[in-house]
Amino acid sequence: MRYIDEYRDRETVQALAREIKKISTRPVKLMEVCGGHTMSIQKFGLPALLPDTVELISGPGCPVCVTSRSYIDKAVAYSRQKDVIIATYGDLIRVPGSETSLEKERAGGAQIHVVYSIMDALQIARKNPLKKIVFLGIGFETTAPGTAVAILQAFKEKLSNFFVFSAHKVMPPAMAALIDEGVKINGYIGPGHVSTITGKKIYEDIPAKYGLGVVISGFEPVDLMQSVLMLVKQIESKKPQVEIQYKRVVKPEGNVKAQQMMEEVFTLGDDWWRGLGILKKSGLKIRPDYAAYDAEVNISAEGMVPLREPKGCICGEILKGLKKPKDCSLFAKACTPRDPVGSCMVSSEGACQAYYLYNR
Amino acid sequence: MCLSIPAKIEKILGETAVCSVGGTTYEANLMMLSVEDLKPGDYVLIHTGFAIQKLDVEEAEASLKAFEKFKKLNEEMDREEREKNQRLI
Repeated sequence: MRYIDEYRDRETVQALAREIKKISTRPVKLMEVCGGHTMSIQKFGLPALLPDTVELISGPGCPVCVTSRSYIDKAVAYSRQKDVIIATYGDLIRVPGSETSLEKERAGGAQIHVVYSIMDALQIARKNPLKKIVFLGIGFETTAPGTAVAILQAFKEKLSNFFVFSAHKVMPPAMAALIDEGVKINGYIGPGHVSTITGKKIYEDIPAKYGLGVVISGFEPVDLMQSVLMLVKQIESKKPQVEIQYKRVVKPEGNVKAQQMMEEVFTLGDDWWRGLGILKKSGLKIRPDYAAYDAEVNISAEGMVPLREPKGCICGEILKGLKKPKDCSLFAKACTPRDPVGSCMVSSEGACQAYYLYNR
Repeated sequence: MCLSIPAKIEKILGETAVCSVGGTTYEANLMMLSVEDLKPGDYVLIHTGFAIQKLDVEEAEASLKAFEKFKKLNEEMDREEREKNQRLI
């Protein structure tokens, strides 16, 4: 396939691995903050190609993983209200809440639709004018503009039965919080598709304030190996900066049209992240102008159960790069993709599932 | 959640593009891009049903060319190593 196969070329990957080995003199830890990167790195076995001096660790880049259990609890409470239809991306449906999951609720008769795009949720709203459609909006800057498009479209069409339950988040506060917390890393592999929307300027603080480089990377093995090489070069020459490896997709200014729609609909508010707690201005909240589409304003969450976290799950520490999935006593025993305990095992972008599938 | 591979635009119908990836067809909403900048044959990145960016073919070709140089260097290093080893023997 064009523009895919070339970036999976074995010889190029090997040439890059050799170059990394040649220039790397000091031990470094590089963190990827995108679930897609986590998956690619494990799937293509990249850690085995790197010299002992270079370690890759996963950060809080999986939207499902960082979302709170109480978010699921609230979604479940919504699903139990009369006349509510929940529309969600597939990733979320199996995530355990404090007592139950959306999948179990659906089996029990709740109206829960898995959609590929939020525009499908809008279509459900058009077709069911007597029902209230609640879309579960999770994801970072890559996904949030889609939610903005849908809300603007609902506004245009004067739809009165379409609501979004937003847990959308922005990446930079989490990247800064990790370093503030004392997690020891030497550079970030920057998220490719978040940056497609935002551009590179959102990371400028990281080299300026923390002296760490950020290289925005594509998703194929050649992309990731080249990004590692670029970071190692920055570290060896002591010149941390924000660079784009994924130039065929990421423009320095990002996708301005998408940014404008996001800005129109959302405002930044404090938000809770698994592993990191509450981070200031890290969540995308629906602006008061669009409150008519905010599920939290318009739908009752009566009957929501109190939060209960599972015992033994170390998802939070894994998301901070402090522990690896194999350090968890539940990993591949009590916790598997089929019967997950924590969100890092449920999501197709979670570190635990990546390790379970490719590096057990 | 995210289809992180480039899809080729087959045709454009209003604000929707019919795209293909390795024989599979997808529909992509074009509201995040400028439709007038797109045409069949272009590649776009699709995320949750939205085309979020057009692939810059010039940049893609430039990076592939750079990799070719890299591979040649690698081959030369291989050859040098082999010759050196032969001399040792």
